[in-house]
Amino acid sequence: MNSELIAILGATLAAAVPLIFAGLGELITEKSGVMNLGVEGMMLIGAVAGFAGGVHWGVGGGLLCGAVAGLLAALPFAFLTLSLGANQPAAGLALTIFGTGLSAFIGQYFVSQSMPGLQAWAVPGLAQIPVIGPVFFNQTYVVYLSYLTFAIVAWTLARTRVGLILRAVGESPDAAHAIGYPVISIRYAATLCGGALSGIAGAYLSTVYTPLWVQNMTAGRGWIAVALVVFAAWKPWRLMLGAYLFGGMTILQMYLQGKSLQLPAVLASIPHLQDAVDVLMHNVLGTSQFLASVPYLATIIVLVLISRDRRVLFLSFPASLGKPYIEGR
Amino acid sequence: MMQLLEPRAYPSVLLRWTAPLIAILLTLCSAALLFLALGKPPLQAFHVFFIEPLQTTNGWSELLLKASPLILIAQGLALGFRARIYNIGAEGQFLIGAICASGVAIYTDGLEGWWILPAMVIAGAIGGGMWGGLSAWLKTRFNAEETLTTLMLTYVASYLLSWLVSGPWRDPGGTNFPQSILFADPAMFTPLIDGLRVNGSIFITIVAVPLFWLFVTKSFLAYQLAVGGEAPAAARYAGFSAKYTVWVSLIVSGLTAGIAGAAEAAGPVGQLTLSLSPGYGYAAIIVAWVGRLHPVGMALSGLLLALIYLGGEAAQVSMQLPAAISWLFQGMLLFFLLGSDAFVDYRLKRRRKAAGAAAEAQA
Amino acid sequence: MEASADHSGMPPRLALRHITKRYPGIVANDDVSLTVQPGEIHAVLGENGAGKSTLMKIIYGAVQADAGQIEWNGKPERIATPAAARHLGIGMVFQHFQLFETLSVVENIALALEGHFDLKTLAGRVAEVSRKYGLPLDPQRLVHSLSVGERQRVEIVRCLLQNPQLLILDEPTSVLTPQAVRALFDTLRQLAAEGVSILYISHKLHEIQELCDRATVMQAGKVTGEAEPRQETPASLARMMIGRDLPVCSTSAFAGESQPVLEVRGLSFANPDPFGTSLHDVNLTVHSGEVVGIAGISGNGQAELLAALSGEQISAPQAILLNGNPVGNLHAGRRRDKGLAFVPEERLGRGAVPAMTLAQNFMLTAHRNPDLRSFGLMSRTRARLHAAKCVERFDVRCNGALSAARSLSGGNLQKFIVGREIMQNPRVLIVAQPTWGVDVGAAAFLRQTLLDISRSGVAVLVVSEELEELFEICDRIAVLAGGRLSQPVPREQTDAENIGLLMGGQSQAA
Repeated sequence: MNSELIAILGATLAAAVPLIFAGLGELITEKSGVMNLGVEGMMLIGAVAGFAGGVHWGVGGGLLCGAVAGLLAALPFAFLTLSLGANQPAAGLALTIFGTGLSAFIGQYFVSQSMPGLQAWAVPGLAQIPVIGPVFFNQTYVVYLSYLTFAIVAWTLARTRVGLILRAVGESPDAAHAIGYPVISIRYAATLCGGALSGIAGAYLSTVYTPLWVQNMTAGRGWIAVALVVFAAWKPWRLMLGAYLFGGMTILQMYLQGKSLQLPAVLASIPHLQDAVDVLMHNVLGTSQFLASVPYLATIIVLVLISRDRRVLFLSFPASLGKPYIEGR
Repeated sequence: MMQLLEPRAYPSVLLRWTAPLIAILLTLCSAALLFLALGKPPLQAFHVFFIEPLQTTNGWSELLLKASPLILIAQGLALGFRARIYNIGAEGQFLIGAICASGVAIYTDGLEGWWILPAMVIAGAIGGGMWGGLSAWLKTRFNAEETLTTLMLTYVASYLLSWLVSGPWRDPGGTNFPQSILFADPAMFTPLIDGLRVNGSIFITIVAVPLFWLFVTKSFLAYQLAVGGEAPAAARYAGFSAKYTVWVSLIVSGLTAGIAGAAEAAGPVGQLTLSLSPGYGYAAIIVAWVGRLHPVGMALSGLLLALIYLGGEAAQVSMQLPAAISWLFQGMLLFFLLGSDAFVDYRLKRRRKAAGAAAEAQA
Repeated sequence: MEASADHSGMPPRLALRHITKRYPGIVANDDVSLTVQPGEIHAVLGENGAGKSTLMKIIYGAVQADAGQIEWNGKPERIATPAAARHLGIGMVFQHFQLFETLSVVENIALALEGHFDLKTLAGRVAEVSRKYGLPLDPQRLVHSLSVGERQRVEIVRCLLQNPQLLILDEPTSVLTPQAVRALFDTLRQLAAEGVSILYISHKLHEIQELCDRATVMQAGKVTGEAEPRQETPASLARMMIGRDLPVCSTSAFAGESQPVLEVRGLSFANPDPFGTSLHDVNLTVHSGEVVGIAGISGNGQAELLAALSGEQISAPQAILLNGNPVGNLHAGRRRDKGLAFVPEERLGRGAVPAMTLAQNFMLTAHRNPDLRSFGLMSRTRARLHAAKCVERFDVRCNGALSAARSLSGGNLQKFIVGREIMQNPRVLIVAQPTWGVDVGAAAFLRQTLLDISRSGVAVLVVSEELEELFEICDRIAVLAGGRLSQPVPREQTDAENIGLLMGGQSQAA
């Protein structure tokens, strides 16, 4: 296998990390029946806090700061939607707008600063496996953390009482309340957990992926994470798949920029076709703007594919998603 | 107890209309605390933010110039919000409107004629409407969430804009900046007063507000949209088409955003540039909520948000605060509004312990 | 009865003293006291809205009383949560099942139990308990694939696994066929013989007479009497329950010419919803001047059939004929244009928009009246006048046409919706669960209204779970079970037992 492909695959895993953390966080939140559209805002707050922490205490401290900041950012959202029963889409939007403003505001103090990047750490033994080793096990430790988080979330949801309770609350808060579960507290926990994971996702961007603070540096990844949860039909393993797909797309677009497309011989023999393709590649498809918009177009396509068939979603869809719950109504 | 509320027997009419004022007040208080924390005297900051911009004629002109697109977009968005169709990609529809209008301006450059400007506005309306319609199609045909598709299409629109101004539509005579040619006079709204930027496009908004008011209060179509939003099963029961609701909501909101985009390109900006929109599409969402989705309420909240924009600019200049502070305040405003809104239908739970103690005293 | 063993000398299992619970605008329980002995089957009798459910929620810890005391086995207790109630040994079978559709039977049961989380062992215990009490269940099945009767078994088994000393059942028979009711009663008597106390909530007088040792009667949140049901007559119990004699409807024969108005021919519907029921070859004719009833337990295709008839779900054109014209492919609005009217089971959210005023809700189906709408604009004043007329004519008790739909009681809102539909001068009126959750007075008024409108020449189709209601007002009765509709039979030629057998035919087989 050639080394360029291994490099692309390895870079894909690194690019997918923020989507994995934010996506798993939103998945947990949505499983409990709460739709938080503020992921983008929480990621931005996590990113700026992570960078601030990272400058002082290194990457580990940065990630921790990001998690705490993300959790705190989710708190007003949780209070509004859970304690006060506010409209969830609107509150999520408010959180994104607020997070955009707050991160830019705090970020002004960090604009020209930089911090050292994180070195990859090859897992002894595992990294020597051909192909799989260099792709999966020669990464920064945050990538390994993303595997671990996935495993914990998937196992908890499928196998434990906590997971069962979360699914129950998300399906029918009334029934969960009637048999004695504190619906609101459980939703608080899920929402704050989602916030913390989004915060880590943001902090990873600003401390590991590109160790810099840039205004709006999440560039819509929070929204893509929300879409990925739908794509994943609320299943963790499908979310991983989606995240790697999108990670791959971001990496591929960098490789494709300015490249030309050589048609296979059969097609190339058609007069002018190769010329037309060259012109198209140079002026449209190969431009940075087109390639940069591919993940967003792909998100739409993915939403279309998954939403078309409602039956796929039936059993894993949290039936109370987005509906405010007020006890005793 | 995490749950603080219990339902009121009847919704509070008083709170329904005062909630925005309470939210504004709370935002001001938070802003004061923020300014204090930054070591800027709050009163001076408020003066810079809310008084200084209105002390000159130019300030008023700028206020109207910014409020006009906000109010116009919000009118369209509110229609969808009533039907619980959450178009949060008005920003993208605004950009497409500007792009379509600019296309007309660029290809008619050098021509004279009264029709160029109306053609631009119509092109903007069609472009914005179609961009919104795209999400309607995805929703009705494939059941894809409009919140996500409208937003994703916003990113696509901004890259389309970027591609146009750095590729096919880049000003050939200019420096290498990603921007189009400056529009000729027939492709521009003329300023109402010499030396000020406020222009004839505000009349579009001035006409739109009463039209939307009439539509919302009187028309059967708006009633259908409201039923669809309040109780989808009731709409199905009555035979109102849910798909129709989606189409109308998204096309109308795209249309108003598109017109606003066209007016922005043909007005204060006068060309197609990367920094065409200061985020009007997002701010209009807040305008709609703060204005209670009421056409007149939104006119007032549009002026307020425009003032926050102006204040942000003023604060940037005279207090060295980043312009992003206006986003911070907008987010807070929406937070506080959603919080105060809860008390329209609910009230604080009376303490359980007190009730229990009373019961024991009785026994 | 063997259940009513002598327990003198033991403290009562449960004693409620002076319980009061207020909600905004209403006193749900006003100074309510009652006692239940060990092994006693105790009925709480009262009509809809009498406060029975609130009282049970207080005992189960789901709702807290504002005042009063609860004694459990002689000791005062404060039951703060359902978990606390379960710890004491109180189990509850809810009227609206509190189950999770996408989880399996054993997962549903595990959620209500404490201790080590081990689904395998639990599945074994579920199978064991369900065998012992004659409640067959497959622990691994997902709840959404269960029939209503099976779901109730899940609820009961869930309680039994906690070894309860008191079992509360809230209107448990509304979802059961007469035959299944007898099986349930056997299980309950077995439990009582083992010393379990049972609180049995119902408004069905004959059931209480058959099963219960004692009864507490409630009306408008207050206790209006205590009785030994077997010493009473249905009439005397009814007087305690509603303060007067049970109203009866008066029927006359239809004088006009009877013609088929609504015809259903070979209607089938494959439900894409895995939680839903499919319809198989449904055939039915409703004539002008008659009331046809469809009996059956909800979940057997009722919702699907009603949606297909109303036009909320579209089918083949020839599957449904209205006055001889194919309408199967027309949506709800177009069918209304042709003289169809429909009163759905869900009043709030489907038959009416909760937050809108009665005047606005009147427009929901009356907008086709040119007096109310012209050139796409609506007249609010005239909508208000029409709604006010409806309020007056159908005795809707409210604060006028501008009160919000959600501020009305169930019975009054139902009268408004039925009235609104009748005011559209329909050729056929379809009504689902006409008196569900409605007080006795309003129920009698509604039944009489349906009879009267049919005798004026309208074809009336009633879908109901209440057999007594169907026998009171229908000329012919069919049964919908498992998505199949039986041949309608004239009322005089059948009885509850036969209808019950048909109801059980498909769905209760499991």
